[in-house]
Amino acid sequence: MILAVSQTTINLAYLAAGVCLIVGIKRLSSPSTARSGNVVAAVGMAIAVVFTLLSPEIDSYWLIVAGVAVGTVVGVASARMVRMTAMPQMVALFNGVGGGAAALIAAAEFHRLSPGTGHVLPEYMGAMLFSALIGSISFSGSMVAFGKLQELLPGRPLVFGGQQVVNAVLFAALLGVGVLAGATEVGLWMVVLLVGALLFGVLLVLPIGGADMPVVISLLNAFTGLAAASTGFVLENTALIIGGTLVGASGTLLTILMGRAMNRSLANVLFGAFGAPAPIAGAPAGGGEAKSYREVSAEDAAVMLAYANRVVVVPGYGLAVAQAQHNVRELADLLEKRGVDVKYAIHPVAGRMPGHMNVLLAEANVPYPQLHDMEDVNPEFPRTDVALVIGANDVTNPAAREDPESPLYGMPILNVDASANVVVLKRSMSPGFAGIDNDLFYRANTAMLFGDAKASVERLVAAVKAA
Amino acid sequence: MSQALLNSITVFVLAAFLGIELISRVPALLHTPLMSGTNAIHGIVLVGAMLIAGSADSTLEQALAFVAVIFATVNVVGGFLVTDRMLEMFKRRPDQPEEPE
Repeated sequence: MILAVSQTTINLAYLAAGVCLIVGIKRLSSPSTARSGNVVAAVGMAIAVVFTLLSPEIDSYWLIVAGVAVGTVVGVASARMVRMTAMPQMVALFNGVGGGAAALIAAAEFHRLSPGTGHVLPEYMGAMLFSALIGSISFSGSMVAFGKLQELLPGRPLVFGGQQVVNAVLFAALLGVGVLAGATEVGLWMVVLLVGALLFGVLLVLPIGGADMPVVISLLNAFTGLAAASTGFVLENTALIIGGTLVGASGTLLTILMGRAMNRSLANVLFGAFGAPAPIAGAPAGGGEAKSYREVSAEDAAVMLAYANRVVVVPGYGLAVAQAQHNVRELADLLEKRGVDVKYAIHPVAGRMPGHMNVLLAEANVPYPQLHDMEDVNPEFPRTDVALVIGANDVTNPAAREDPESPLYGMPILNVDASANVVVLKRSMSPGFAGIDNDLFYRANTAMLFGDAKASVERLVAAVKAA
Repeated sequence: MSQALLNSITVFVLAAFLGIELISRVPALLHTPLMSGTNAIHGIVLVGAMLIAGSADSTLEQALAFVAVIFATVNVVGGFLVTDRMLEMFKRRPDQPEEPE
């Protein structure tokens, strides 16, 4: 208040903040400028926040100061302490609270503007209800995604009969409640809308399998962006509209790009209940015929690797969980010293998120040119002596190519089965995150090396040194 | 239609096209950091939460706004920090050649 500046100055500052956000996103989309892009976006955010504090509309600071203090402590602590492998669920969590904030803003504005009937312009009312609806869905949906990735909830799809009908009816009912809330301006309907939207968010994400979580989080990210933009309409605030809409639009495109990498449409991800109807080729004993697999010792596998010409390493979530990236790099260095050509094959959705593997391998200082995309590396497998699959499963499943009955059918995979030998490092014979059995493990040219990925790679390193 | 609403709609439509245009050529390896970065950016709801919290009259509004400020701050602070930690991993070592843009 002491420093209160004019609304024009604030709007100019919002424009500057918006430019920073735009430049930030632009820089985030190229590897060499990404880190600075994040900083530029953060600077834009800081400008928007500081000038908001100077706004003449604000006449009490204690709630803001206390809230920002608590939020900063929680945000810094959780961002600092989280392990690299838990990044995806952290993104889900931060996204959820953003959506929750948008819904709460809508609720507070509804309470302030709705003393009776006919006071609120329909466009403000519509935007408020949209924020409340989408923000709540994003909040509860993100929390379920967090729970699934953190393994507080089962990663497998949770389905019950008539689920899609229930969801459709619930959504229609929510729209009805929204109309009632808007027409009557009675607070109770707003509460019903918020609670119903929370329930809908839970029901929307529960039937989606863990393997599809990245796509869902990206979609909910776009939802939160739209909810934020919508609060911008309510508050007539350009910073909110610019920031929220940028995220809503780019998030939607990113969701589509991710889905495309898995050869799945958004509708398929949302309503397909991936992995649910998989009693086919499901349990190991399924269908009566017990399939046999071949186990290999670390020493034998090491000899195969040490005397190979070409080795392709296929990392997956197992590598991330075991934090084996440094050991894998050590193994690759050893092999290269012996004249073996080592490449890494990165499936676009290996791990829990696109780019997950690149981040981990970059942490272990694996040279960037050794990382190869699926399109580049797939023609190489027929000339590869050993494909070393470390904790990857669904992205190598030949059923995606061969079995039209499989829920994975049509997803582009790494054709590791075309190599002369495949060594699979895995904890046990349990199926992958999508809950689908992998025929690769039973092939004649596949050998299984059981154990924690890190321990197994350490054994391989020791054995290669001795070979 | 009021002038304010028209202005809002103009900004909205332009920002929507810009958002799509900005990331249409992003490589897959940046999908996760980009999602995380844009995730931090929608923390801009903090601005809205602050405006509500600074002008709330009733206890109910104050309570709602207070929680909203906390939530949005976690979104902003946590979002940018986590993104930075992810991107830190992409640091190029001095002996590595410049990668083409």
